[in-house]
Amino acid sequence: MHKNSMFARATPYLFGALFIIGLIAPFAVYPTFLMKILCFGLFACAFNLLLGFAGLLSFGHAAFLGTAGYVCGMLVRDVGVTPEVGIIGGTVAAGLLGWVFGVLAIRRTGIYFAMITLALSQMVYFLVLQIKATGGEDGLQGVPRGNLFGIIDLSNNLSMYYLVFAVFCIGFFIIYRTINSPFGEILKAIRENEPRAISLGYDVAKFKLLAFIISASLAGMAGATKTLVFQLASLTDVHWHMSGEVVLMTLLGGLGTVLGPLIGAATVVSLQTQLADSVGSWVTVIMGVIFVLCVLLFRRGIVGELQALIRRAGIR
Amino acid sequence: MQIKKLTTLACAAAFAALSGAANAQISGNTVKVGVLTDLSGTYSDLAGSGAVLATQMAIDDFIAEAKPAFKIEMVSADHQNKADIASNKAREWFEREGVDAATELVTTSTALAVMKIAKEMNRIALMSGPASTPITNEQCNDVSVHYTYDTYALANGTAKAVTKQGGDTWFFLTADYAFGQALERDSSAVVTANGGKVLGSVRHPFPASDFSSFLLQAQASGAKIIGLANAGADTTNAIKQAAEFGITPKQSLAGLLMFISDVHSLGLKNTQGMYLTTGFYWDLNDDTRTWSKRFFDKQKRMPTMVQAGQYSSVLHYLRAVQAAGSDDSAKVMAQMKKTPINDFFAKNGQIREDGRMIHDMYLVQVKKPDESKYPWDYYHVRQTIPAAEAFQPLSESRCPLIKK
Amino acid sequence: MEIFGVSSALLGSQLLIGLINGSFYAILSLGLAIIFGLLNIINFAHGAQYMMGAFVAWIALTKFGINYWVSLLLAPIVIGALGVVIERTMLRKLYKLDHLYGLLLTFGLALIFEGVFRDQYGISGQSYEVPELLQGGVNLGFMFVPIYRAWIVVAALTVCFGTWFMIEKTKLGSYLRAGTENPQMVQALGINVPLLITFTYGYGVALAAFAGVLAAPVYQVNPLMGSNLIIVVFAVVVIGGMGSIMGSIVTGLGLGLIEGLTRVFYPEGSAVVVFIIMVIVLLVRPAGLFGKS
Repeated sequence: MHKNSMFARATPYLFGALFIIGLIAPFAVYPTFLMKILCFGLFACAFNLLLGFAGLLSFGHAAFLGTAGYVCGMLVRDVGVTPEVGIIGGTVAAGLLGWVFGVLAIRRTGIYFAMITLALSQMVYFLVLQIKATGGEDGLQGVPRGNLFGIIDLSNNLSMYYLVFAVFCIGFFIIYRTINSPFGEILKAIRENEPRAISLGYDVAKFKLLAFIISASLAGMAGATKTLVFQLASLTDVHWHMSGEVVLMTLLGGLGTVLGPLIGAATVVSLQTQLADSVGSWVTVIMGVIFVLCVLLFRRGIVGELQALIRRAGIR
Repeated sequence: MQIKKLTTLACAAAFAALSGAANAQISGNTVKVGVLTDLSGTYSDLAGSGAVLATQMAIDDFIAEAKPAFKIEMVSADHQNKADIASNKAREWFEREGVDAATELVTTSTALAVMKIAKEMNRIALMSGPASTPITNEQCNDVSVHYTYDTYALANGTAKAVTKQGGDTWFFLTADYAFGQALERDSSAVVTANGGKVLGSVRHPFPASDFSSFLLQAQASGAKIIGLANAGADTTNAIKQAAEFGITPKQSLAGLLMFISDVHSLGLKNTQGMYLTTGFYWDLNDDTRTWSKRFFDKQKRMPTMVQAGQYSSVLHYLRAVQAAGSDDSAKVMAQMKKTPINDFFAKNGQIREDGRMIHDMYLVQVKKPDESKYPWDYYHVRQTIPAAEAFQPLSESRCPLIKK
Repeated sequence: MEIFGVSSALLGSQLLIGLINGSFYAILSLGLAIIFGLLNIINFAHGAQYMMGAFVAWIALTKFGINYWVSLLLAPIVIGALGVVIERTMLRKLYKLDHLYGLLLTFGLALIFEGVFRDQYGISGQSYEVPELLQGGVNLGFMFVPIYRAWIVVAALTVCFGTWFMIEKTKLGSYLRAGTENPQMVQALGINVPLLITFTYGYGVALAAFAGVLAAPVYQVNPLMGSNLIIVVFAVVVIGGMGSIMGSIVTGLGLGLIEGLTRVFYPEGSAVVVFIIMVIVLLVRPAGLFGKS
């Protein structure tokens, strides 16, 4: 591992501290807001797995977030399953969709890959819009939060928060394990030099596909949970703007860093909440400006820049 | 479990604090009205900042007329036509900022989301902007009022009048999603019931920018009337392109969901002769003109029916709070429902059990460019549709609150 | 005569309309292909630049009384110049990095442009009148063709083939092609490659603006008019592959026609037909119809 040993040593403490913050946060901050951050944080982490560690830019991740949200919503509302089954159902659905997208998209690389995923997700958008069961423009409304395992009432914001927190931790753990496994190392090798990975005898397509499916499933897990929190799934979740937003979160937080996407998601969600009241329609413009600044000046993102800062301080 | 106990305790404490001040009957001695609308998207012209302005005017007028003992505050936010943002915002308003009523709520998706939260938190939702009928049918509840119009009233008014005046063969151009399909279904029923015939329909993707091929299919059908079961930019584009392909004026268009802001942006040349139904027209009488000129001085646009309805609904709400001496949702709703509404917007308007406010609607025809004498002089008022006929009758209601 | 229950007159008119839409696809995908050829980036702001072209025409007419014909030249110059500025100040810094950054940058720019125009001009769109010379229409017997629509096809095809000619048959074009193949070599031959790149980006953007002016009189001039279109054009580009200029023109026109047919036989599917074709092409020929793998 070429990782800076100082980071490696500090990591368990950092995660421990964050975990505790996560546990007590709802007593200090509005829980619904925190849940939103965690859902988008998981979404961005899942996306980062693909872009940050496998070098694949998907511009269609909204399709997974949204599809899982709709599937979970329909399962819970119309079939009447318990919330955890809804989340699993949504995750599986997103994984299957990810498999279909993946098979098609990994046939091309780079910019084509991005355009193909974008086009495919646009197709999903139109399907969701036209199918009757999804409620079209009105979205899937009135999804009950239900009782977890049939026992714990989730209409209580605190119980709901701890479920979301648990889901986030599970998702985050899976991503962390993936990155630091031999599989993750191969992904990084493919990102750095695909021809070399091929010549070393790796079935690159298979690895990419697997990464894509994992990323899609976890994005779906975030989407399914989000549906339970807000009790609705809407077209916003499948629109390509959402795909762009997750790119922004990841980029802003720090591409290829473990915690960056969460920080990025927290920043973007807070900004949107704050700005929506004060500047109204300028939100899009400000998001665009941040995008441009990130690409031009802060390509390492918040966490990446911080790490670089610490590293420099450490050398001195 | 521990946590649950804690929250219960906290709730009890809060409740005690509240009831301590309860002799004032109005929490914090302040009534807080939230305007949740589209400030930046597709519907910002027909609702948007104009609706915020209308709300402020209603509050100012109420303070001047009633000199209330309580304070009135207004907050506004942009929901960007997204149900998730709307539900988030409403939840935050109700939970943390003590907002008593969320108002305006243009687009059905945001309205449905906020209605549910209002019910859960026992606050009030006043809807002026959204269009769809489920609001007062399957999805109805006892804390919501659907104020200005709905698709039934518009489709019913326009389709009936046009069919009766000889436009008895129809072809629908329908936006292919729940809203468009519902609009087509409602209008078809009215056309058939009035002796007309529906020759067919074509579903176009939503949103679409090019309607030429769909319009040609409508043209090929030979129908006298092409019904536009869509909204916003789709409607305006379809109208424009119908003129371009020489479809109008040979065949006529009927806009099933159109606002004066659409006519304004398309211009009279493109829209002349069209029939549409509206809940309000600024140039109706002296009262409407007086109010609209006040509005125009600040907004530089004449009010749409949504904006005028917004004023009326907020004023009616505030008067009900005053009369009930309470901001408790059940008491205020009871007061609002039993008091008839009389202002420049509605004469003897009445809020029904299902939350539908019924009032007279107007069938109007868009003027020819040379008939328009001054800015915003756009409509001939052809017919007043009495409240009892304009809206879906209670007997057909699918609202669970209505006992049959 | 009827084909599958659809009269041949209706079919003919739908094909004609498909050709009109195809012209827009062709001109936009051509612009994308030229930019991609030399800069290796996908210009996500293409849709926003198309929209701004339409707005320049509208502003010129309403604020300065500048007519359509002047705008047809003016808007591409103005927006092309804006493109030059973007290339010089921003894109230039990214060439050494992963090409995905170019995509991300232009995506951010697209958000900014759309947001600004939305704030300034609202969302419901502005009307732009068809120029007097092109008003009215011709009755072909089976359909009524508005003269302006016919003009769109003529103008778009002229510009497309003019561009093709410039790239394939002129000296400037040969530099361009060589620059695409091997920039170092061309630089060594004493040709100013950075300037060539700037010019190329400006020209690609100008094409988008030109399409915007063409579109202004038929669609509402609306801040979001480009964003939905551009995704379809991306799919067109994937289908055609960006290897050849002629390929992108032909694919654009062809998909317009196919979309037109879908609108007759299965209108509900017309929004997704291009994407479905993309899937099929990817399965059968991943490099695209005209692409080099």
